[in-house]
Amino acid sequence: MKRTPNILWLLIAVMNICLHVSVYADDPDLSNWQAIEDQAQGQTVYFNAFGGETRINRYLTWVASEVKSRYRIDLQHVKIADTAQAVSRVIAEKQAGNDYNGAVDLLWINGENFSALKDNGLLYGPWVELQPNFALVDADKNPEMREDFTITTDGLESPWTRSQLVFYYDSELLKTPPNSIREILAWADENPSEFSYPRPPAFLGSTFLKQALLELAIVKTPLYLPVDDSDFQSVTAPLWKYLDALHPKLLRAGRYFPSGAAELRRSMADSEISLAFSFNPNEAALGIANGELPASTRSYVLQEGTISNVSFVAIPFNAQHKAAAMVVSNFLLSAQAQARGSDPEYLGSTTVLSLERLSIQDQKFFQQLDLGPAAPTNDDLSRKLQEPHPSWMGALEEAWIQRYSAR
Amino acid sequence: MLRWASLTFVLLLAVPVLLGTAISILPAFGYLPALGGNQLSLAPWLDLISVPGLTHSLSISLIAGIVTPLISLIFVFLFLASASGSKLDNWIRRLVSPLLSLPHAAAAFGLAFLIAPSGLLSRWISPGISGWERPPDLLIVNDTWGLSLLLGLIVKEIPFLLLMSLAALGQVNPAERVSMARSLGYSPTISWLKTVAPGLYPLIRLPLFAIIVFSSATVDVALILGPNLPPTLSVMILNWFNDPDLSYRFLAAAAALLQLAVSLSAIGIWIVLEKFTAYLWHRWLNAGNRSSGEILLYTIGRFGMPLVLLITAASLVALSINSFSGVWRFPASIPSSWTVQHWANAIPELLIPLTNTLFISLIATASAIVLVLSTLEYEHQQGKKSTMAIWLLYLPLLIPQVVFLFGLVVLSELLQWQANLALVIFGHLLFVLPYVFLSLSGAYRHLDPRWIQVASTLGASRSKSFFKIRIPLLLAPCLTAIALGMAISISLFLPTQLLGAGRITTITTEAIAMSSGGSRNQIAVWAIVQLLLPMLGFVAALYIPRILWRSRTGMKEIQ
Amino acid sequence: MTTAQLELQDVKISIDGLPLVEIDCTISGGEILTVMGPSGSGKSSLLAYIAGFLPPVFESTGKVCIDGNDLSDVPAQKRSIGLLFQDPMLFPHLSVAGNLRFGISSREKNKNKIIETGLKDFQLAGFEDRDPQTLSGGQKSRVALLRLLLSKPIAVLLDEPFAKLDTALRREQRKTVFDNLRNAKLPTVLVTHDHEDAEAAGGTVIELV
Repeated sequence: MKRTPNILWLLIAVMNICLHVSVYADDPDLSNWQAIEDQAQGQTVYFNAFGGETRINRYLTWVASEVKSRYRIDLQHVKIADTAQAVSRVIAEKQAGNDYNGAVDLLWINGENFSALKDNGLLYGPWVELQPNFALVDADKNPEMREDFTITTDGLESPWTRSQLVFYYDSELLKTPPNSIREILAWADENPSEFSYPRPPAFLGSTFLKQALLELAIVKTPLYLPVDDSDFQSVTAPLWKYLDALHPKLLRAGRYFPSGAAELRRSMADSEISLAFSFNPNEAALGIANGELPASTRSYVLQEGTISNVSFVAIPFNAQHKAAAMVVSNFLLSAQAQARGSDPEYLGSTTVLSLERLSIQDQKFFQQLDLGPAAPTNDDLSRKLQEPHPSWMGALEEAWIQRYSAR
Repeated sequence: MLRWASLTFVLLLAVPVLLGTAISILPAFGYLPALGGNQLSLAPWLDLISVPGLTHSLSISLIAGIVTPLISLIFVFLFLASASGSKLDNWIRRLVSPLLSLPHAAAAFGLAFLIAPSGLLSRWISPGISGWERPPDLLIVNDTWGLSLLLGLIVKEIPFLLLMSLAALGQVNPAERVSMARSLGYSPTISWLKTVAPGLYPLIRLPLFAIIVFSSATVDVALILGPNLPPTLSVMILNWFNDPDLSYRFLAAAAALLQLAVSLSAIGIWIVLEKFTAYLWHRWLNAGNRSSGEILLYTIGRFGMPLVLLITAASLVALSINSFSGVWRFPASIPSSWTVQHWANAIPELLIPLTNTLFISLIATASAIVLVLSTLEYEHQQGKKSTMAIWLLYLPLLIPQVVFLFGLVVLSELLQWQANLALVIFGHLLFVLPYVFLSLSGAYRHLDPRWIQVASTLGASRSKSFFKIRIPLLLAPCLTAIALGMAISISLFLPTQLLGAGRITTITTEAIAMSSGGSRNQIAVWAIVQLLLPMLGFVAALYIPRILWRSRTGMKEIQ
Repeated sequence: MTTAQLELQDVKISIDGLPLVEIDCTISGGEILTVMGPSGSGKSSLLAYIAGFLPPVFESTGKVCIDGNDLSDVPAQKRSIGLLFQDPMLFPHLSVAGNLRFGISSREKNKNKIIETGLKDFQLAGFEDRDPQTLSGGQKSRVALLRLLLSKPIAVLLDEPFAKLDTALRREQRKTVFDNLRNAKLPTVLVTHDHEDAEAAGGTVIELV
């Protein structure tokens, strides 16, 4: 019996050690990419990225096996429901004084989330332009590679995929799809319960709000400036008037909103709605390919253009494995990874690479892709609208929640 | 040695829960230095009041907290009252444990797939009976008043309550009481209700309180089935806690306290209902009715439980079909093509979460069983029942998870504990302990004391008696307790999510992550994996003793 | 076999202040003390007291001694006092041989031989691997007795061991038990409410109120 108290202390000590086990952060030498690659060998990268789409998960599993065989990097896809969760964690760690043992090494990010981290100095860098593959995006010709919702990236985030808001519909059920936000309301009036949009603050839902506001706002310029510099009420008044009229005509009369792109697609697949939209221009084509959506699905872009953006990956200030994170990011920019990403079996998304910068061989792969009649035409995709200033996103989301989240 | 084990047991239950709750209190009043909150203030409460739809959220939580146990209680009691020892009854009793092992999330998914406008039921009656060519625009799942939520909760809580009741039934001599009443002319169901129910109810009071708290504060089931605009309070708390704008944490803390208040109020209302019902029951008892209402009560009892089982079975069917379906357009009753692609896709993704899930549940349950056995054995050797109040045991079940886990997470961030398996296992242990204890203590304490007495008189030391007599005789209850513990651990969502910082993935966390975006088919695959695991545990618990004791007929009676 | 003396010195057992049993006597080896009384009179608690597992809810004073050694601080498993219940209490998860082996000291070298001989003596030859549940009532009782004897007790307590047997079997079993105990010169305490048992025991009879 006299021995037992010692055992108890031992247990406490062991527990304490277990709970503190960690590896201290690395400090890569940014002047030498080879040194970074060497340092990255054998590291683990916790990549926080949306995990609700099988395609994304499958793509990242492939990336993981590639970086494992090339660099012995162990890539762990931390599936999150929303980038905000990872941002929240980084901020919390900063507040707790955790400067070296961050739980997040790399995160998929853009827009207001990026601006939140950048403004608080919570991102590591600049490092992006050191990547050998960065040249392939031809940032001088494509300024959106260095700009995120009007905010400059300052080398703190590296491009990964392109997105554009594309609408898709079932041509059996809907003969002439509405070509503008206003037309959508007119059409929904005649055909209730055929349309819905994801619930803000889901990314796609908030984007719908921005898209609508871009069309409905009387003057567009305030949207490209910080929201505090404008009279929020008067700028957004037309939007709320519009939504007040639209909601009763939505699926479930606006008493329930889908949670995101996948659920919207599901509703489409079940023929609950006949019009939907997504950030992935190839959503419809991919849906048809795997049997979810009917062969009669078609995509298009609104007449006046739809929001288009680039999404990036960034490294938090306290990441434990910065070198490996940079190597992974560089790999994501490689022709091989981007090509695989355009493959409908995987991400099925649009590349950020500038095709002219690629070798003839690599170019061939991108041009081979024919996604069938369901994909939007290049003409469609050329009608792009710029993302508003990121501060508008949060403001719109909060206002929406105040107005519509209770009945 | 044993004394330290039971001390650890007590500390393990009480300290984290109380500490976690305490830590949640201060930020609720504006005090959290790490976030710049240096003064107590009521600001978080003012913010809370101005949240739109708060009253609605509170009402849903409160209603769920009361209606779920109420209906579960009615169904369970009427089932027991009308049970006649038939084959069906025995079947149901055997199914209870495996049914219990159905994780909340999987059950909720299955139910959603079953009753949604584009779900299985709807497809089966379309277009033939319903005339629907496209799914009807009905808000069923995620409905505003939380009816789907209630259904999902009830379907899960009934097996739990039944299990607890069956365990307690042995202490009230139901057979004798009922025969006595019947000999006085009372019809069977009424006899049970008048003579056994009043004795049984106090024994299942605490499990009922646990149900109240869970129903009023669940996050995972509410995410899947509960209303969205606005969501239940518990979902709001989770969202605020995860918000990148950290000032929302004050709001989350205040809401967590509010959640605690709601759950406790639900318990309070329940107690009032108890008193009222007791009064009515007395009058009913004294009125001396022998048979009025017998038919109605009997019917509900007879058909209620099978109905619940049917719903559960149908949910499982819905999940299975979805996991193998290829193209399946509405309103086809079955998929037009079948595929194993979903399973093939899932398998590489499954490996890590599966390993984690098994590892965590094994370690947590093994620790739990060692602690529980030590405590029970210590209690036995001291010769008196533990003075540890049974309330302490139930503490992790009586305080909403979202309340004290929040505090634990804040604590671990402050102490810079790495989110790792050790912390998650510890979190799981907190919840596994009460269930393992409850499951095992009845059998342990009621083991005929003469067995150990005989062993002692034959010269067996205490540990020889324990390992060679007690454990073999209690093998079946031990295995069931282990299976139950593992099932509980497998189904946990919030502890893994919060304490693991999202880095520790289990089958359940992945399934719920999928639910916000994945295809129905993928979700179905994950849900099935999620429910197969505990089922295997229960099958093992059922068959291992049978195989081991196949030439020992005496062991069948012990079970 | 040395004969031992079992002494109950001023033993008083009470519950909630109400006295239950008061007894003071000595039992020599080969003698059987019979304790009789109606249900609830504390007979079983007396046996529990002697064996060493009286529940704490009872209060007790006095001493139990074997050959002058005070057993008050000796735990039940070290007292070497055998006990036969009404039910044979054969461990259902062990075979007959397993049950018998349970009580044999680990220092014994020829356990199998001992078991074999014992079973033969009790007309149970070849029963080693049998499932205890498959034995008849009489056979079970004999195995229980053999198990007790093989554990080499220095005193024996009988708690109405014949109550569940039918008359013919009862007489037979009683004779077996008493003969064996007397031959082994074991001091025995028998608790019963059957006067025939008391007569057959042939020792002092104490009536509890």
